[in-house]
Amino acid sequence: MPSALVFFTELSDAPSKAQRELLTLAASIGEPTVAVASEVPEAAVTQLGAYGVNKLLVAPANESSFLDHSLSALEAAVKESAAQVVVVANDNFSREVAARIAVRVDGSIVTDAIDISADLVVTKDELAGSYSAQAQASGGVLFVTLKPNSIEDTPQAQAVSVSVEELAVSAATAPSVRIMATEEKVASDRPKLTEARVVVAGGRGVNGDFSAVEALADALGGAVGASRAATDAGWISHDAQIGQTGVTVSPQLFISAGISGAIQQKAGMQTSKCIIAINKDVDAPVFEIADFGIVGDLDKVLPQAAEEIRRRQA
Amino acid sequence: MTEENTAPLKIVVLVKHVPDVQFDRHIDSASLRLDRSESVLSELDEYAVEAAVALVESQGGFAAGHEVIAATMGAKSASNSIKKALQMGASSGVHLNDEALIGSDTVVTSKALAALVEHVGDVDLVVTGMSSTDAETSVVPAQLAERLNFAQLTHALNVDFDGATRELSIRRDHADRTLTLAAALPAVLSVTDQANDPRYPNFKAIMAAKKKSITEVSLADLGLAAQAVGAAGSHITVLNAEARPAREAGTIINDSGQAGIALVDFLAEQKLI
Repeated sequence: MPSALVFFTELSDAPSKAQRELLTLAASIGEPTVAVASEVPEAAVTQLGAYGVNKLLVAPANESSFLDHSLSALEAAVKESAAQVVVVANDNFSREVAARIAVRVDGSIVTDAIDISADLVVTKDELAGSYSAQAQASGGVLFVTLKPNSIEDTPQAQAVSVSVEELAVSAATAPSVRIMATEEKVASDRPKLTEARVVVAGGRGVNGDFSAVEALADALGGAVGASRAATDAGWISHDAQIGQTGVTVSPQLFISAGISGAIQQKAGMQTSKCIIAINKDVDAPVFEIADFGIVGDLDKVLPQAAEEIRRRQA
Repeated sequence: MTEENTAPLKIVVLVKHVPDVQFDRHIDSASLRLDRSESVLSELDEYAVEAAVALVESQGGFAAGHEVIAATMGAKSASNSIKKALQMGASSGVHLNDEALIGSDTVVTSKALAALVEHVGDVDLVVTGMSSTDAETSVVPAQLAERLNFAQLTHALNVDFDGATRELSIRRDHADRTLTLAAALPAVLSVTDQANDPRYPNFKAIMAAKKKSITEVSLADLGLAAQAVGAAGSHITVLNAEARPAREAGTIINDSGQAGIALVDFLAEQKLI
């Protein structure tokens, strides 16, 4: 049975949905070890046991320079665990840390994976989800970054006890990148866009006002996204941008409001399980990929839908 | 940005020739390679070229001896991407073209590109886009920093260079925070599509680009063996690649006043609420 290592830069009291997917996947491959590049709260250790993690390697952060500590922690964890496969989140930082250590240990990396089989064949999206491919590594440690919403979050039937070890991390070797300032982003009660089960996105058609999009997202407990036209117009933060140059989402439900559905926009959402589109223009390309389409005014349709959802849930 | 009379900067900007994202893209079912026939300079690399040229302009311009070398690895037609970078203001080009490179994974691609940067020699800064628009891994810049032992300043939302201290600083998103990061040269910088507005070459710039040189480089010039790169040198093998079935259009209705209710009915039918 291959051994799998899961690497997190941070772990709070409760693992996030994307983190639980990584734990579920690792448990399906082999007895998983988890390594974290910062302090781990006691509550999180119990959670890891529920996913069959029998070993936790902790490398408490000890410096303020960017990246170095995560690099050293992952490198040490790969050696300590002797894992054949290392799974990490799909965000830019995790990808970069994994990619550099893949170089350091003469391994390999596959990004945007949606599954790994027990014999370490990786299934992944290609060309923005228009293709599905399978790849395999012929030698060395295989690093894989997993797209959120790919694996059904399933704890093990039987929780195991987790042995916790502090990881001996060697001094940083990479040239220093200093953190000069840190701005916290405005906290949102909505789920993270890349991990959300439901995404409601607005485009040019919202005409500067995202309130109807936000209200429907909130009625569905979903995240808010946007097309590049809307973020470039300054109507909403660039963090919300979905598409070729923004984030890629793959939720259970994607509601597109006032977005034409040009090819770069489709690239960011076409692997969604169910797509609903609302647009004034009957010829909008988004209708070609929508499971349900409404030709109409989003300022009327969205509030009516939000109201109806609240009424049924009351 | 501070203007100082410092030693000239030697900047390599990496560009990639990729299938145009405006059209349908295909992976050949026999070779499992991407069909590259309708290729252009990756849109995201235009931001890298702009960042490099703008940095030079802020430090006294090309007259001060700074260089921006557009570099690529790819087949013969990939030189078109270098030409576009030259039109946008890069001073010269270098093209690594070798059949043996076909099938390289990112670990091997970064090996070849690092060797190319070292072949150019005395490079202060490597600039790239945030990701290619074909493979979309966005990991090669970090791997280059690792291999070249350069500071890694990637996914820059903006770029600031202090000519006096030769320090580069950027802002980048990280988890729920935006960080301001700084490092001394040499560095690898990757820029997002938020970093700038790439210029559109005018007629004069297009004509001037014709006079700029592009140097062809082979693996032998870099001291790399053919077996160390390409499919032979890569751990990753693609086993298969299949087009996902095209999504089919579902029911489309016209709103006659009750479409919001119909939308919720559909969600209920699909067990989404």
